[in-house]
Amino acid sequence: MLATLLRRLFYALPIMAGVALVCFSLVHIAPGDPLVSILPPDASQDLQAQLRELYGLDRSLVEQFLSWVWRALQGDLGTSIASGRPVAAEVIKAVGNTLRLAAVATLIGFALGCLFGFVAGYFRDSWVDRAASVMSVLGVSVPHYWLGMVLVIVFSAQLMWLPATGAGPGGSGDWAWNWEHVQFMILPAITMSVIPMGIVARTVRALVAETLEQEFVAGLRARGLTHLGVFRHVVKNAAPTALAVMGLQLGYLLGGSILIETVFSWPGTGLLLNSAIFQRDLPLLQGTILVLALFFVVLNLIVDVVQTLLDPRIARA
Amino acid sequence: MSPTVPIRFAYARWRAPAAALAFAVGAALCLPAAHAQEKVLRIAMTAADIPRTLGQPDQGFEGNRFTGIPMYDALTHWDLARADAPSVLVPGLALSWAVDQKDRTKWVFKLRPDVKFHDGSPFNADAVVWNVRKVLDKEAVHFDASQVGVTASRMPTLRSARKIDDLTVELVTSEPDSFLPLNLANLFMASPAHWQKKFDAAPAGQPPAERAKLAWTAFAADASGTGPFRMTRFVPRERLELAANKAYWDAKRVPKIDRVVMVPMPEANARTAALLSGQVDWIEAPSPDAMPTIRNRGFVVYFNQQPHVWPWQLSFAEGSPWLDKRVRQAANLCVDRAGLLKFLGGMMSVPKGTVPPGHPWWGNPKFDIRYDPEAARKMMADAGFSAAKPVKVKVQISASGSGQMQPLPMNEFVQQSLKQCFFDVQFDVIEWNTLFTNWRRGAKDATANGANAINVSYAAMDPFFAMVRFTSTKTFPPVSNNWGHFGNDEFDKLIADARGSFDDKTRDTALAKLHARIVEEAPFVWIAHDVGPRAMSAKVKNVVQPRSWFIDIATMTMD
Repeated sequence: MLATLLRRLFYALPIMAGVALVCFSLVHIAPGDPLVSILPPDASQDLQAQLRELYGLDRSLVEQFLSWVWRALQGDLGTSIASGRPVAAEVIKAVGNTLRLAAVATLIGFALGCLFGFVAGYFRDSWVDRAASVMSVLGVSVPHYWLGMVLVIVFSAQLMWLPATGAGPGGSGDWAWNWEHVQFMILPAITMSVIPMGIVARTVRALVAETLEQEFVAGLRARGLTHLGVFRHVVKNAAPTALAVMGLQLGYLLGGSILIETVFSWPGTGLLLNSAIFQRDLPLLQGTILVLALFFVVLNLIVDVVQTLLDPRIARA
Repeated sequence: MSPTVPIRFAYARWRAPAAALAFAVGAALCLPAAHAQEKVLRIAMTAADIPRTLGQPDQGFEGNRFTGIPMYDALTHWDLARADAPSVLVPGLALSWAVDQKDRTKWVFKLRPDVKFHDGSPFNADAVVWNVRKVLDKEAVHFDASQVGVTASRMPTLRSARKIDDLTVELVTSEPDSFLPLNLANLFMASPAHWQKKFDAAPAGQPPAERAKLAWTAFAADASGTGPFRMTRFVPRERLELAANKAYWDAKRVPKIDRVVMVPMPEANARTAALLSGQVDWIEAPSPDAMPTIRNRGFVVYFNQQPHVWPWQLSFAEGSPWLDKRVRQAANLCVDRAGLLKFLGGMMSVPKGTVPPGHPWWGNPKFDIRYDPEAARKMMADAGFSAAKPVKVKVQISASGSGQMQPLPMNEFVQQSLKQCFFDVQFDVIEWNTLFTNWRRGAKDATANGANAINVSYAAMDPFFAMVRFTSTKTFPPVSNNWGHFGNDEFDKLIADARGSFDDKTRDTALAKLHARIVEEAPFVWIAHDVGPRAMSAKVKNVVQPRSWFIDIATMTMD
């Protein structure tokens, strides 16, 4: 087991190195000047050269990359050019905010997706199925940033029931799970949940429909089980796959959504990336992408290990 | 049992709690009233992050507007008290200034006495020298590279500062430069004593440069200036809270509003929704589509002429069709600016040049920028163009960007307008930051991608920003923003005359001559001037929107 674990870890190392290289290369290939946020357009050549030297941008890309990786290995992702604050602290705070939002959106998406999926699958080809299917297709098809804007117009601008933007009355720093704060999360979480809701609903509907075709269901009915009793068995059969799909969706949501977080000014990784891109803040951009990418690498590693623990055949393979 | 007995009994039994409840309800009713006494102004900025708070803000002039002017003072200030005249320079932390008549690279500034920083330390000549060194002296412990870019370029000739006495300081420039007092409105005075405390608190084992960096980061989170508002809370990327500085030195600008909360909100629709839902009281640059709704809901939209020029800057590189003055002037006569004004719902002003008539630098140019397609077609015909043989021009534009107004629909409007005067306009649409970078590289650089005009809006607050950088042969790319390589000996002389005129009136006369010649030579197609729209709740009163990029929050009140 230990050998398998070490092997998986060993496989992950080149992936992490590759991720770091791709992050660094991509942000340097992109057009634009990394000093644009601190250097006005009329800055003299001397001043530009002076700042390039002070920020180490006059060194070769290889030197810059190695220096960045060396510092990143020690937990230092550098300093944001635009804000002057440490990148690591900025990314950690943003990841926390996105995690919070993604967790709630996942819960909403999973609950509604399962509800629509089970109902549609169980009452296949009825009007209930069609209504639930329409909901799930809408969930997958509607552009979520558009939905976000509509929700803001209706519930914030018109009805004035919920705040339009932000992550709490005093910012996200003093977050608490009370109404004063949670009301800020409702609209972005609903907006974020529509895609997973649609995907889960469609998956579950197909699973339920497939399960209902199986012989054991006819057997259950023959034994005189009620609709509810049969439904319970169907749910048990469909649940593992639905959970797996939702797990994947959670992974995507954890990456943050640039559009949703921008529409709602939610201070997560999406908004941070947006800001870093528009300000050409290379250290912040590199740091955020690196952390998110490594997050997925680690998640995959954990999944591999858990699968190996659950099914020893994988370790032997 | 009589029915009255239990009632009396009940009353007697519950009298004390009832009284307590009545008191509590009364207190609860009074508390919000007392709380409501605090006047809190909540502002949604267009910036994606809170502009830097350490004294020299980033994010362009929006930074100066929100984390510069409210928290800090400079030696000179822009007068923001009038809406009906151009904003002019007035004394700030300096009471007066004069150039040395023998050596015109030296200026003496007399400082305002009895001014204190928010931390209680005194403002004096040492503080001025310290603030100049923070961006110009690499040897200084407190030198901060991150503040150099936004500062040094706005005062390109300033070289050093020397204390003469506690309230007198000498500033030295690299060459005689009458623009210095105007430029100094961008150098904000941070508290040296407060910074030193942050430096002393940094881990002692680290090298001084590293400690200085930590000190500036700490200073940004807990800043100290001399401005009418002092910093009370800072949540990076989310909100900045300021409280009134009741001990402010200018009695007219002691704030009446108790607290100001600033929130970065880069998305226009999000800002509009935040205003409509009552989450904020003031938004910058509301979404144009939402203007009628905003007004119908009782909010007030403020706008005014702003020194914010939205032009096409033309190329004078070899082969450019704009080398022919008739073509340049014809384009200026063929833009239907009144139509564009209507198209933008009134949110622009019609330009007559870089500065408007009545401005001290106007200068009565002989060429009148107006809408006269007949005259334009005649000029184009003289230049050899016709409907069958239009002139082909290519303009580099962005799809969005800070200060760019509505670049796509506006440029398409101009494209249609110019078509009637035999212009065949093509666009090269690129991302905003890339366009901005290309602007420094010039029309002869490969990044121009064959374009012979570029659409980058710019601030025209001071002479260098408004005119010099676009018309001097010394500012050809990559030195500065003379993207089109426009300039000759005549313009260099006009600029030298203006720079060397140290009396305000003489300097303005020289600048007026320069402006008149710029309009006549038309190195730009002047299309629109921005009017800096902002929407506010009707409860915000005493709002003066000056003809400036800035606005004074200190003099505002709230119901």
